Amino acid sequence: MLTRLLLSDRGGLIILALLTALIIYVPIGNLLLPADSPLHVSTFTVTLLGKFLCFALLALAIDLIWGYAGILSLGHGAFFGLGGYVMGMYLTRQIGDRGVYGHPELPDFMVFMNYDSLPWYWQGFDQFWFALLMVMLVPGLLALVFGWMAFRSRVSGVYFAIITQALVFALMLAFFRNEMGFGGNNGLTDFKDILGFDITARQTRVTLFVISGVCLIGAYLMCRFIITSRFGRVLVAIRDAESRTRFAGYQVESYKLWLFVFSAMLAGIAGALYVPQVGIINPGEFSPIASIEAVLWVAVGGRGSLFGAIIGAFSVNGAKTWFTTVYPEVWLFALGTLFVLVTLFLPRGIAGIFRTLGQWTSRKPKGDEQ
Amino acid sequence: MSLLKDTRALMRRDQVFDFMLPPPDFEQPVDLSHGPILYLEDVSVSFDGFRALNRLNLAVDAGELRCIIGPNGAGKTTMMDAITGKTRADEGQIYFGQRIDLQKLSEYQIARGGIGRKFQKPTVFEALGVFENLELSLASDKSTWASLGFRLRPDQRDRMDEVLQLIGLGTQRDRQAGTLSHGQKQWLEIGMLLMQNPMVLLVDEPVAGMTAEETERTAELLTSLAGRHTVIVVEHDMAFVRSIARRVTVLHQGSVLAEGSMDRVSSDPRVIEVYLGEET
Amino acid sequence: MPESHGRVAACPGPELPLSMGLSVMMKRLLESLSAWVMLGAFIVPGVLWAESSVEEEPSDMALPLVDIQDMSAEIEPPAPDPEAVFAEQVDRLATGNLRERREMAEALVEGGHPRAGMILNALLEGRLLTTWSTPETPALIILQRGEDAPGRVEQAVTGEVLADGVPSGARAVPINNPMRNLLRDLAAMADMNHALPQRRILASERLMRGSLGPEQMALIESRLLVEEHPRVIDALEITQAVGLLRHEDAQVRLESLERLRGSLLAVVRSTVGAVAEQDPDPIVRQHAVETLEAIQTRIAFYRFTENLFFGLSLGSVLLLAALGLAITFGVMGVINMAHGELIMIGAYTTWFLQTLMPGNLTTALLLAIPAAFLISGLVGVAMERGIIQFLYGRPLETLLATFGLSLILQQAVRSLFSPLNQAVASPEWISGSLAVNPVLSLTWNRIYILIFALLVFLALLLILKRTTLGLKVRAVSQNRAMARSLGVRASWVDAMTFGLGAGIAGVAGVALAQLTNVGPNMGQSYIVDSFMVVVFGGVGNIWGTFVGALGLGVMTKFMEPFAGAVLAKIFVLIFIILFIQYRPRGLFPQKGRSAEA
Repeated sequence: MLTRLLLSDRGGLIILALLTALIIYVPIGNLLLPADSPLHVSTFTVTLLGKFLCFALLALAIDLIWGYAGILSLGHGAFFGLGGYVMGMYLTRQIGDRGVYGHPELPDFMVFMNYDSLPWYWQGFDQFWFALLMVMLVPGLLALVFGWMAFRSRVSGVYFAIITQALVFALMLAFFRNEMGFGGNNGLTDFKDILGFDITARQTRVTLFVISGVCLIGAYLMCRFIITSRFGRVLVAIRDAESRTRFAGYQVESYKLWLFVFSAMLAGIAGALYVPQVGIINPGEFSPIASIEAVLWVAVGGRGSLFGAIIGAFSVNGAKTWFTTVYPEVWLFALGTLFVLVTLFLPRGIAGIFRTLGQWTSRKPKGDEQ
Repeated sequence: MSLLKDTRALMRRDQVFDFMLPPPDFEQPVDLSHGPILYLEDVSVSFDGFRALNRLNLAVDAGELRCIIGPNGAGKTTMMDAITGKTRADEGQIYFGQRIDLQKLSEYQIARGGIGRKFQKPTVFEALGVFENLELSLASDKSTWASLGFRLRPDQRDRMDEVLQLIGLGTQRDRQAGTLSHGQKQWLEIGMLLMQNPMVLLVDEPVAGMTAEETERTAELLTSLAGRHTVIVVEHDMAFVRSIARRVTVLHQGSVLAEGSMDRVSSDPRVIEVYLGEET
Repeated sequence: MPESHGRVAACPGPELPLSMGLSVMMKRLLESLSAWVMLGAFIVPGVLWAESSVEEEPSDMALPLVDIQDMSAEIEPPAPDPEAVFAEQVDRLATGNLRERREMAEALVEGGHPRAGMILNALLEGRLLTTWSTPETPALIILQRGEDAPGRVEQAVTGEVLADGVPSGARAVPINNPMRNLLRDLAAMADMNHALPQRRILASERLMRGSLGPEQMALIESRLLVEEHPRVIDALEITQAVGLLRHEDAQVRLESLERLRGSLLAVVRSTVGAVAEQDPDPIVRQHAVETLEAIQTRIAFYRFTENLFFGLSLGSVLLLAALGLAITFGVMGVINMAHGELIMIGAYTTWFLQTLMPGNLTTALLLAIPAAFLISGLVGVAMERGIIQFLYGRPLETLLATFGLSLILQQAVRSLFSPLNQAVASPEWISGSLAVNPVLSLTWNRIYILIFALLVFLALLLILKRTTLGLKVRAVSQNRAMARSLGVRASWVDAMTFGLGAGIAGVAGVALAQLTNVGPNMGQSYIVDSFMVVVFGGVGNIWGTFVGALGLGVMTKFMEPFAGAVLAKIFVLIFIILFIQYRPRGLFPQKGRSAEA
């Protein structure tokens, strides 16, 4: 099984090895090495890397549908954000009576807005298993309904991209409303603990980091499984000759829908892992720009190569972190230029460079993915 | 207009929602008790006022090899589109056997039900290998979940090797389909059609871009398929049609102009006027 | 108004001080009489008030003309200086005790000084201020002007402007509730003879809200005898009718109800509503209910008109924002995510020109239109030549590259100017509003932008349908290869087309700068909307964009009253998402078999 997944996926193997090394080293570097050791990893770095892992998971989700089925979603932030909000709701319920108003059940903003009791859609989120289920179900359900309508009437390409923008924009407007019952502008924050562990403690941070890493590796293997199965070949067939695929007896829409829902669930998980690490979720996650930026990670890393998405998420966000601390005003110039240059000169992204280099050195006739 | 029609469809008393209809039962053999396997009655299709099909009537018997000829714009490709569900007819009925109303089915259902189609422009999955192209077309459970866990059975593998030999691509099985020559793509597409094992094959211009020798082999293949399968060929190459045809239908301006044996059709003065006249 | 001029001409000489003197003198003579009776007597004998038309330059001056012959017999002692009397009255109005203030208010009305009405209004609205008086410095009485000249602070008596604004320690002259009611009537009565018809209408409406006692009714009646301005007559008659609703004769009440049917004033509505509930006569009650219904129907109609106007106005904004996109996306198939930034460049051009010529807003604005077209157009051509031309046929890549460009442009503006919003001033003729009636007023800037959007649309239509460039654009958009083989320089046409779309975005920016903030982020707020409009209307169809923009605008505004602005917007977005399912190619799809593929 593993051989099928990883065979002829050298780039993926390297990335997986690096990720594994990171997952093993970071806890040691943070928890065991003394703070003055040059190999020590600060808690800030742990959280930062944990964030990157979540972004990489989101990039993976986008790459799966864009790179392999040609569906460009400019609204994956919607699923990421929804996953995040679900986790945020669980964490908010965990605050209990430790809020500013000390209400045993209602979050602070609800007390402030004179709620009598919890709205129905907040019920059950005090249970971790329920929240976990919803992390996948809520984005999955939205993707199912939205995708079913879009694919059924054969909305594709640019049109699909634009209506996904509309989707994420509508969600942002909705979540900005205080009446929605999700904290409006401020979102959900001031979390205290997760499953009884202090959310600010170093150990919890490291654990969350490790879980994010494991999830990313698991998701990578699952994506790999999908694209190396006949399902993956059907996807390529759809991307290249949709009509022909239909006449070969495939219900193209259900393939697209299945993949879209799967991808949305991955994005939801990414959002759910992201929120406890950064400690806040607000409607900003639904901003249309954020979703487009996530697509850029994939474009930079290399559309149509799963490990490329991970490279892209890490490199762009790494650059962003560095720029915004050192030259904050240059960051947007750099990001914009990156967009332009990558689309003009690097249509296959960083992974494309690796592949070309790999072909040069090994003189293999063709890579694994066309 | 389509809005009006949709509204009318909503008003129908005998059916409320399309998705509540029972799925077509392809497990049952197609009911051929009254002869034709494919039956078109008064089918009309228009694009913005242009009538591509105009009250077309056509009946094809099981096992027949039927050639369809006609000048450009006669509606040959539109007819195939209407049969395979790519285009919906504005009026008329299209039946597969006695019971299956093709108008209610979508493309993939029609394809799974046993009507295969080759496009005018050869269309293969260019990014995939020759073998993978055939594998995708293989008649099997094509639902999403089944695709995830799909593995070739030995008998399926044998069948694919057989087809590979038949279409002359036995040595090219790992080659990327996009790199094949035009004629080879035509063959590959026919091979994909065979893998589907359809009851009816709709073949749109199969020998365009083929050498004389390849054309001959195609003619042989199509004739050998007739009997076990029903084959409908649309072709401009009159020599090719003459070499395989038993029964020929001439389309003109969206309806049938003449029908019968090649000799009878080619001596029909109307056919000579609108179509064959160009050649002589 | 030749007639009124004639009247002024008929009374030569220093009539103004004389008449002033007369009125003061009369007050002295008839001190024992009630001020109200006297006032009635003062006006009824035929004091004529000059009238200046609406079009004439606004002035606070009333020009009371007195028929000297009628009055001269009563003049005996020499008249004291009217200005001094006026100053003293104002002083006592501001500083005296409550009883004194009441008397002075009445005296001011009788005095008929042109500033009297203004001062009483200011007192009523708490805009009359005083400082503490000491033996050395007498109290300063200050008037803050209201809506007619916001922000202006002047000396109450002389009208001299105080440059330093309100001095510290100044406090509003206090009034109590009975005083307030009295003042309302008095202020209205003082303005009843104002030179400006609008002020007289206002005074009449103010009277309606006051007590409408016999004195006020008499005043209205007497004014009606001399009034000539039709709109003032209307207003007076309505006020009179409201007053007559209290008449003991049911027949009179019925007639006044009939006369009130056409009025849209809130006071009329509440008074008629009260009649409908409280009138002793059931027939009158019944009629009042009907009148109220008639009024409500008319109001509903105007509300509808107002919504329609706001909708069309929003639609025109959407149209302006989307037209450029309709060219670049619709005709060329280029997803230009930097479209919003081209709008922003147009808006910044307006702002920049204004800072160059601060004194001349109108010229700056008019110059900004071609300037914005050129600058945004040039940026567009540069974008097309530099980046987009390499990405034709790869729409998703174009989308990403132009998104990158939009980030660069935003940051460039931030670095060049400032990350903050810039204030763009509007010329006077653009601000303000057109009040059609009490429930319907349309702001001028929206009206102009609506007209402007239509003009831009027509211009674009002409360019596409009537010029060679338009022909070439359409040819290239339909079949590149064919157009090229016919000798059309496709790459040149592409650049020009993109430049045209970008230029129109710039022109849109000029208009939008009059409505919203001009800042580096302004473009982003239009991009999603613009795409929605183009997709909704149907790609490649300018008329589709037109219908789509106005339709979406009207739809949003009609939803807003019961859904709220944000929800309305969400609903519109959801509507478009659903609409695309039903008609994937928009309202007006491009037709033909090739469009299907």
